[in-house]
Amino acid sequence: MSLELKNVTKIVGVETHIHPTSLTFEAGDFNTLLGATNAGKSTLIRLLAGLEKPTSGQVIWAGQDVTGVSPQRRNISLVHQFFINYPHMTVYDNIASPLRVAKLPRSEMDHRVRETAELLQLEGLLARYPDELSGGQQQRTALARAIAKQSKAIFLDEPLANLDYKLREELREQLPTILEKRGTVIVYATTEPTEALLLGGFTALMHEGKVTQFGRTSKLYHSPASLTAARVFSDPPINYAHVMKEGNLFRLDDINWAADGSASSLSDGQYIVAIRPHHIAPYQTKPSCVRLEGQVQITELSGSESIAHFAVGKHSWVSLAPRTHQYLVGERHNFFFDPEQCFFFNAASGVAVEESNHG
Amino acid sequence: MKKHSQRAWLFVLPVVLLVAFNALIPLMTVINYSVQETFGNNQFFWAGLRWFEEILQSERFHAALARQFLFTFTILIIEVPLGVIIALSMPRRGLGVSVCLVLMALPLLIPWNVVGAMWNIFTLPKIGLLGWVMNNLLGISYNMTVSPVAAWITVIIMDVWHWTSLVVLLAFAGLISIPDAYYQAARIDGASNWAVFRYIQLPKMKRVLTIAVLLRFMDSFNIYTEPFVLTGGGPGNSTTLLSIDLVKVALGQFDLGPAAAMSLIYFVITLAVSWMFYTLMTRNES
Amino acid sequence: MARVALENLSHSYSINPTNAADYALKKINLSWKDGGAYALLGPSGCGKSTLLNIISGLLVPTEGRVKFDEKDVTALSPEQRNIAQVFQFPVIYDTLTVYDNLAFPLRNRKVPEEGIKQRVSEIAIMLELEDDLSKRSAHLPADKKQKISMGRGLVRDDVNVIMFDEPLTVIDPELKWKLRSKLKELHQEIEVTMIYVTHDQTEALTFADQVVVMQEGEIIQSGEPVDLFERPLHTFVGHFIGSPGMNILPCHVKDNVALFYGHSIELEGPIIRSEGRCEIGIRPEHIQLGTNGIPAVVVRAADLGQHTMVQTLVNDTGVNVITDGKPLEAGTEVNLCFDPRKTRLYSESRIATAVAQ
Repeated sequence: MSLELKNVTKIVGVETHIHPTSLTFEAGDFNTLLGATNAGKSTLIRLLAGLEKPTSGQVIWAGQDVTGVSPQRRNISLVHQFFINYPHMTVYDNIASPLRVAKLPRSEMDHRVRETAELLQLEGLLARYPDELSGGQQQRTALARAIAKQSKAIFLDEPLANLDYKLREELREQLPTILEKRGTVIVYATTEPTEALLLGGFTALMHEGKVTQFGRTSKLYHSPASLTAARVFSDPPINYAHVMKEGNLFRLDDINWAADGSASSLSDGQYIVAIRPHHIAPYQTKPSCVRLEGQVQITELSGSESIAHFAVGKHSWVSLAPRTHQYLVGERHNFFFDPEQCFFFNAASGVAVEESNHG
Repeated sequence: MKKHSQRAWLFVLPVVLLVAFNALIPLMTVINYSVQETFGNNQFFWAGLRWFEEILQSERFHAALARQFLFTFTILIIEVPLGVIIALSMPRRGLGVSVCLVLMALPLLIPWNVVGAMWNIFTLPKIGLLGWVMNNLLGISYNMTVSPVAAWITVIIMDVWHWTSLVVLLAFAGLISIPDAYYQAARIDGASNWAVFRYIQLPKMKRVLTIAVLLRFMDSFNIYTEPFVLTGGGPGNSTTLLSIDLVKVALGQFDLGPAAAMSLIYFVITLAVSWMFYTLMTRNES
Repeated sequence: MARVALENLSHSYSINPTNAADYALKKINLSWKDGGAYALLGPSGCGKSTLLNIISGLLVPTEGRVKFDEKDVTALSPEQRNIAQVFQFPVIYDTLTVYDNLAFPLRNRKVPEEGIKQRVSEIAIMLELEDDLSKRSAHLPADKKQKISMGRGLVRDDVNVIMFDEPLTVIDPELKWKLRSKLKELHQEIEVTMIYVTHDQTEALTFADQVVVMQEGEIIQSGEPVDLFERPLHTFVGHFIGSPGMNILPCHVKDNVALFYGHSIELEGPIIRSEGRCEIGIRPEHIQLGTNGIPAVVVRAADLGQHTMVQTLVNDTGVNVITDGKPLEAGTEVNLCFDPRKTRLYSESRIATAVAQ
């Protein structure tokens, strides 16, 4: 079974919210929509769920055209960023409510509610009311309701955005395992690249109402199709600059390095080079590494990782290194990148350069 | 989808019918009367725009309209600031809130003719509490059946007593929606009480105050029952407001044509002034 | 500018606190240098906002004193303390322009217009708001509004302390890191004591020279960001800082050796205590997959780009590992090798090993 968008667009007034989009989500896969706020993720989810009608194009579900069928008739679940529960019902009744609507036998309903509650560690809270719960517990209740419903598709619109990050971390680890077992269509929207990586599965990168790339999450990360895709899928922002290839040499301002391996087959001319922050390290990992001597401007520490923003000439670079590094703001520091880890894009179109493709 | 939209019309239908019976049909009837002349035995003659011309030129109408504006602006100038001041001085949390709210709501719960009757008795010089105290204890001559000034003051005080609560309740709703952080930030910024009012409370209350002003304008401009019960429009014509005059024409003299024309003029004025208020008070938004 | 000292501070929101559970803050003692950048870090409900409000004077503590430069300010109001505070949600004066918003605290203090003009334009440049000065502030995006809120704290040159109460909550993720670094930069420029409250480790560790980790009204550990990550003194700190957090594994101690499901675990140094509940703490970064070590089964692996996170099970206990290798299939049998220099014993959640000489 699959959920498919065929040339779907959404235009409101004069604004195009979704440019022509075709996508297929297979049941049982974990699908992530990744993009900044206002990239069109929520609109796409509303189109998939049937909460909005596309301006043109079709929504196909298991081979049938469901464009225009109301969400009530589609048997879907939707979890929002904000914790939405019935305030006058206990956690138990909240989870049970869609099952009551579906007129499930009492014993089976009870079994399913308890099973889902256990999965989301809500067993001890079943008798409580939503306002007696913490934010995390409320969101887990909303999730439990969506999961217990055993719908054919489950849509999650930034479901963890309003939770403390520690809780987010735990749920991120558990969610794929919990949901993939269900064998339904799963679509999960997020703004955080790291979250998409942790969730695995497939990812659609969104930018200004367009899906720029869709595929296996790790493949997208390791070979972005365009500069836009690379930028969407990078936190902190990816480093990029114009370079000249002349003969066997790349030139970026005063920095030169030899075009090795696959990059050596590129024809001469201007390109955009992009280097992920974690491929720029404050130490040399290989003799072939290129040195960037820069002045440290800003440093950040996230616990497991250290980030340094540094300036080389008029360019600003970001390095992300594992564990803790001590930088002094204002000091000159050597950073290194491995030329094999660079992405090259066409200087005019921003499309990834096929390294085997000459000219 | 089609089925849904048709069902939706069914839900709207009762309201459509209600609005039709409540507003559209009476309005059509009034328009119909306003261009005709009637005599007792249900005979109608075409009068054209004669009634409108007559009314717009009549001194009686001008006087009533002037009294109406004077009344409305006086009570607005008193009730809105007074309501805001009371709302500001009310407690914002704890038991006091509910006590204050109930006390404030009390005058609003009393039927309008009862309010008129209450104040009528209250101000009687011989047995009314206020009338007796004013005349016998304070030695101020006060009899609103004789003195137009006394009648005016009484009508205004009565309206203030009856309706300031509405402004208070609305302003209070606006006030409690302001997060604590605003007050804390203002304290830290060293803002005076006046600055807190001017830059935080007033801007945050603006929306509800717009509604309060509109409601009070429309209600007071159409006011009938309370002053009619209290003074009957007297002494003389001194407190004959527009609606009282209208009823006198329509029912007292049974001049249906002029009365209908008058109520249409009345309606247009109310609409125009309401629109003007609304545009003025919301012009800085968007 | 001022040194901040908190002495035996405790606070309860109930009128007659009887037991420890009634206290939102329990016996807090702290002493902070003038001009430092400090962070209070902890989950929601840990008392960090209460502590912040006590320092700013919005709350009066049940017991204890607050001192600025040896001067007892416990009874003083926020305006008398000369502090500035930035709240979770931007507080701006809607009807005023950006310029007037920034000038507001100075006008209230009767600073001459000449001085206001100079100071406001200085701060506007620092915050990159110079092009918005004449705009009305009501319709600006959230990040600019929050910059204005910060700016109102920064314009005053007499402030003792500037406090931030989760100031980046309403900011878009992509703008967060910009504002985060902006704050750090501002601190280096103006050198006022700054206190930053957050539940986000990156914000805390990035911003502060000294991070105070709080849990249930108590200070669990206070130290430099690097120390909190490298050698947490409490299992909660290990769990809370770092993502994923430190693995906390049940163990028991026999003859001065820590045993994890029968495997003896080599620790950073000698065991100094072993009473009560004992646990081993080791970060996912410090475990390697090898050929000999503790046998485990892979549950799930995620390619995080720069490295791979592997969730494994040893008996019933989940152990997270971060490696540079390729993602492994679920069900693969692996062996876990702990780096002994980074493996520690915790007894009743507190560290129970000493560093080997």
